[in-house]
Amino acid sequence: MRSKISEKAFKYGFMGMAFSSLLFLLGIIIILFSEGLPVFSTVSLTQFIGGMSWYPTSEPAEFGILPLILGTLWVTLGAMIICIPIGLGSALYLHEIAGRRQKAILKPLIELLASIPSIVYGFFGMIIVAPYLQRTFDLSTGLCAFTASLILGIMAVPTVCSLAEDALNYVPKSFREAAYAVGANRWQTLTQIILPAAGSGISTAIILGMSRVVGETMTVLMVAGGAAMIPTSIFDPVRPMTSTIAAEMGEAAMGSPHYHALFAIGLILFLITFVFNIVAEIVSRRYRLKLGLGR
Amino acid sequence: MKKTLSTILIVLTIALAGFAGEKVRLAGSTTVLPIAQFTAEEFMNFNPDVTLSIRGGGSGVGIASLSEGTCDIATASRSMKDSEIKNAVSRGIHPTAHVIAMDGISMVIHPSNPIRNLTKDQIRKIYTGKITNWKQIGGADRKIVVLSRDTASGTYEAFSKLALNDEKVRKDALLNASNKAIETAVETTPGAIGYIGFGYITPRIKLITVDGITCSKTTILSKEYPYSRPLFMYTNGKPKGWVKKYIDFVLSKEGQELVETAGYIGLK
Repeated sequence: MRSKISEKAFKYGFMGMAFSSLLFLLGIIIILFSEGLPVFSTVSLTQFIGGMSWYPTSEPAEFGILPLILGTLWVTLGAMIICIPIGLGSALYLHEIAGRRQKAILKPLIELLASIPSIVYGFFGMIIVAPYLQRTFDLSTGLCAFTASLILGIMAVPTVCSLAEDALNYVPKSFREAAYAVGANRWQTLTQIILPAAGSGISTAIILGMSRVVGETMTVLMVAGGAAMIPTSIFDPVRPMTSTIAAEMGEAAMGSPHYHALFAIGLILFLITFVFNIVAEIVSRRYRLKLGLGR
Repeated sequence: MKKTLSTILIVLTIALAGFAGEKVRLAGSTTVLPIAQFTAEEFMNFNPDVTLSIRGGGSGVGIASLSEGTCDIATASRSMKDSEIKNAVSRGIHPTAHVIAMDGISMVIHPSNPIRNLTKDQIRKIYTGKITNWKQIGGADRKIVVLSRDTASGTYEAFSKLALNDEKVRKDALLNASNKAIETAVETTPGAIGYIGFGYITPRIKLITVDGITCSKTTILSKEYPYSRPLFMYTNGKPKGWVKKYIDFVLSKEGQELVETAGYIGLK
């Protein structure tokens, strides 16, 4: 009798914990909507998303976040150009070429890159990378989209590398053996069998890396320059959405249109990463089906 | 047993008495924050019966909080806007300003830049985008990198009022979250111009004169320097009780010395 009660208690106890994240998620979504939507009594949705000027404190205030959205996308694009080749290249090397000993050292080291706090990356970018790039390319300022992309790209390497390597590992050994059996060489096996089989897993890795870049705040706040302009060159300073929220939330009076506008930016940011995650989920499910690994 | 009980009771009474002590709540400007912290700490040392709680958040946040009655003193690095005063009065709060210190917004450039002086008009044109190259104002042929504080900060609002006649800062200005960030950026960028609080000037950046007037303690106090601004504490009506005692302390000789320690200019 007693054991039955305690069993039930444990069951419901753990169930509560499992569902608690759902509760947190729900709470965050509700707050984002309830605090973000009131801004649309001040500006229309098209004025908000399509507006070219972000002057939240001038009178009259302007809440156009197009420069911020483009700033985020611009930096993300640059970061992906840097992190995809490095991330995938190192995953392939680890999987195909590196010996067991090399792998045992390299993989943890690459993953260690992920454990460096983002403020340290930002600090490094601001004090070392930005002045260096400014001198080397004779820029007017090193605090620009390019510097932000470079650093964010490096920050996303461990995510992409580690997930892509896992995806490569999931490809059943029999695939490779079958390829060798019909006379394919190592290169042919890799490009025509292993990569297509792991393709969806690799796409997931890239999408999750992208999610990380889009949501990164501290680093871009420190190195992207913070100018709310529509970028026309990779050396223009930009003001991504995350750094706008971080820089201004502390000084926006609660309940003011500015405050609601910042929540609305958060809402849009959330929707962007939400879509990324759903796409990643769909892609990885397709991959499991394709390999016949069950649902 | 009885003895333990009475001991517990005594301890509890003492603890409760401590907690029941008066509370004064401050909220507002991050610029005034160091002054509030230094003076509050010293004030509480002398007056253990009172607790001062200090919140940052910015001038606008402090003023809104005073109007809502959630703080007793609002600190601000700018004077209240008409709309803010109206809002407060409509809620039965009558904000009273106390100037507690002076600050100067200093114009700084990279040490390698030969420029020594700019006129108010030139500065306005640089910040609004009408002047974009140093050679237009007698410098080298180099693009001007304009550094500003985030548009939400009180320092930005004060600068915008004093220097730009409330015109908007150009869109490609680099917005920085703090005085320190501006200092670092100016130090590492040859074409940069920025503005920072008087207390943040270091030998690694170059201070320039505005309309021929150096930003110094004397010129700020005499208001000769065009970008000098008072720092405020706002109370509801005439201060009474602990609020009055605290404001009197900030304005006393000792309080004003702490103002200088915090990097601002005392009134005497």
